[in-house]
Amino acid sequence: MKAEFDIPVITHYPQTPAIQVDAMVHSQPFVAKPDIQEPLGFPGELVEDWHDKAIDKMGELLGKYRSLQVFMDACVKCGACTDKCHYYLGTADPKNMPVARQDLMRKVYRRYFTFAGKHFPKLVGAVDLTEEVLDDWYKYYHQCSECRRCSVYCPYGIDTAEITMAGREILASVGVGQKYSNEIIGKVFKIGNNLGLPEPALVDTLEGLEEEVKEDTDVDVRFPVDQKGADILLVTPSADFFAEPHVDGLIGYAKVFHQAGISWTLSSHASEAANFGLFIGSQGNMQRVAMRIREAALELGVKRIVVGECGHAWRVAYSYWNTLIGPFDFLDPNYPAPQHICESTYDLIQQGALKFNKEENDDKVVTFHDSCNVSRASRMGNMPGGQYVIPRALIKASCNHFVDMRQETIHEGTFCCGGGGGLLTDDLVELRVKGALPRMQALHEVIEENEVTHMAAICAICKSQFTKVLPYYDLGMDMIISVHQLVGDALELGVER
Amino acid sequence: MPAYPSPQVASKVYVLVSRLKGIAVFVVSYLYAALFYLATAVLIVGVGRRILLYSRTPAPLKIPTTPAPTSTPGVVARMFREVVFFESLFKSNKWTWLFGWAFHFGLLLALLRHLRYFTDPVWSWVAFIQSAGVYAGYAMVFGLVGLWIRRLAVDRVRYISAPSDHLMLALILGIAGSGLLMKYVWHTDVVALKTYMLGLMSLQIKQLPADPMLLIHLALVICLMIIFPISKLLHAPGLFFSPTRNQADNPRERRHMPTNA
Ligand code: SF4
Ligand code: SF4
Repeated sequence: MKAEFDIPVITHYPQTPAIQVDAMVHSQPFVAKPDIQEPLGFPGELVEDWHDKAIDKMGELLGKYRSLQVFMDACVKCGACTDKCHYYLGTADPKNMPVARQDLMRKVYRRYFTFAGKHFPKLVGAVDLTEEVLDDWYKYYHQCSECRRCSVYCPYGIDTAEITMAGREILASVGVGQKYSNEIIGKVFKIGNNLGLPEPALVDTLEGLEEEVKEDTDVDVRFPVDQKGADILLVTPSADFFAEPHVDGLIGYAKVFHQAGISWTLSSHASEAANFGLFIGSQGNMQRVAMRIREAALELGVKRIVVGECGHAWRVAYSYWNTLIGPFDFLDPNYPAPQHICESTYDLIQQGALKFNKEENDDKVVTFHDSCNVSRASRMGNMPGGQYVIPRALIKASCNHFVDMRQETIHEGTFCCGGGGGLLTDDLVELRVKGALPRMQALHEVIEENEVTHMAAICAICKSQFTKVLPYYDLGMDMIISVHQLVGDALELGVER
Repeated sequence: MPAYPSPQVASKVYVLVSRLKGIAVFVVSYLYAALFYLATAVLIVGVGRRILLYSRTPAPLKIPTTPAPTSTPGVVARMFREVVFFESLFKSNKWTWLFGWAFHFGLLLALLRHLRYFTDPVWSWVAFIQSAGVYAGYAMVFGLVGLWIRRLAVDRVRYISAPSDHLMLALILGIAGSGLLMKYVWHTDVVALKTYMLGLMSLQIKQLPADPMLLIHLALVICLMIIFPISKLLHAPGLFFSPTRNQADNPRERRHMPTNA
């Protein structure tokens, strides 16, 4: 694979580089134009009095989020987080160390909001908010995928993702938004999904899938849209409708529902589980995006809401929906609201409603990539850590050959794919490739030792990101697959239940 | 003129010197008393206001770092492990954990040991820990030196250190060092010291034994108390308010609707 930057060499994990100041200072995503900014309630371009506006906004956020206020004060610069971020490990830029990323904001916080920073700025490393500082914010708050790995290891639980979100929100509020994320949010408001796929196209696509499955299996598996009175509203990332390998996951969900005899539907009004409002730290936009799902569920009169394979969407659904768009008292109380597709399939397996022919997947040795938002910001099932157990149980139910990657790189210690948090854009390819390094190292290990052929994931962003970056590391882009592809391929359709 | 002062002059000088000394002790005793009262007020008001600020600032969304306990008793257990064992730091970096833990528990023990200057009669458990308390000083110095070496030697940690981070280590090391020196090299009159401290607590200014090492030790402690509420020492109250640690993982079971949000 050719690139304009040096592709990191895979050595054995762990590998902590010596710092290289400014190694990634050239990396930044495109800035949003006014027509993208304004529909989200942000100024179109850098406002005249940006300095005062930014400081005001910072004060407002400090008063609004306990996390931000406590995290600004509590860091002792112990350095425990410095080697935990995949972007630091992959780029060696010291500003990609979580604490240094926080300090970009903390040094301004100290200058304007603390006694020590107001009177002894040099002593405590406090600085004025200058254009250079704002620039650094834009660059380095877009080199954080909000994956929360740092927060696992910080003795005070300082979550850099919270600070990145605040940083992006301040930036957007003075007119410097990120094109990629904000454009996508705009599409959801206008059309209903990230891809801007209008209803007729959606219906068309799904009909195509029905035909495809019919050809493959000779079974009439349906992909219903806007079907009133269905039991389940499935909300899934729109990439599932046609991106590879996502779509095979969608086929998997449909097969499971079909085989279990469950009536389900998609919604054209809420044809998107993803919620980029999270990434830009904008609770208002996050709520607005999510509200479409409540509306759709009420309109269709469903009993349950199930969320497809998508990491950050699951975080928003699991952790925030109840607060932002709840209560879900109109849904069937016998099921968790919302429920993850993996939870739903897992329950069906437990009930014996599904039969598998595991040999279908015998050509594969599979490993599993825990997605950051699922692993560290949500749960599945009724016990802590269920989010690690349940997807693996699905894989093991449908495959004979499964191995885990090295312990420090899975479960709560999992590494981000490198493309999360609103960074899955071509203007950040270098960052994405380099940020994938720790995961690539761990994957490489199991390829060498266990002849792993595939890595399964339950996140649309992970799947797109790996499809893009695997070739840079001389690995096949089709190594990455959906968990529900494995499930769907091994599921025995049409047999006696 | 004789080469040495006459007995009359000598005794006059002696009287003068002891008067001056008396005045100095008087001044120092009052000065330190004033500083102690000030530092205590700053510490209590400063940290109190911070705690009030933290508790009043809403936590509008559920953000525990998962896997997290699903119930309040589970959260209490998690916080206990964080506070007592530094669980997350242990996962993160064994050296930092070792130095940090040695320092903090040395500090705790040393603080408890110092209760003997403030209680009369000395509480029996405070008397009980006196002998172990000596090692606390060593543990503190060991931990602080280790942390400082890391701060200087590891390029990543050096990069994130501001002058205040080094000064903080120097300050606390100064407190621990001067304490140990008093214990082993330049003793001070601990009975008089205790009288002074008990006096302070009942708003009476007694005589402070004006030994240089004690004065240094106390001055550094006063500095620390004043700096506490305006520095990274706020990590102590902060930990208890960290939403990633103190929230239960139950957003589906219970709708999170903070009243102050
Ligand atoms: S681990 Fe936490 S306290 Fe330590 S430097 Fe990182 S953010 Fe600061
Ligand atoms: S949240 Fe993830 S990407 Fe951001 S600083 Fe922490 S480890 Fe790095």
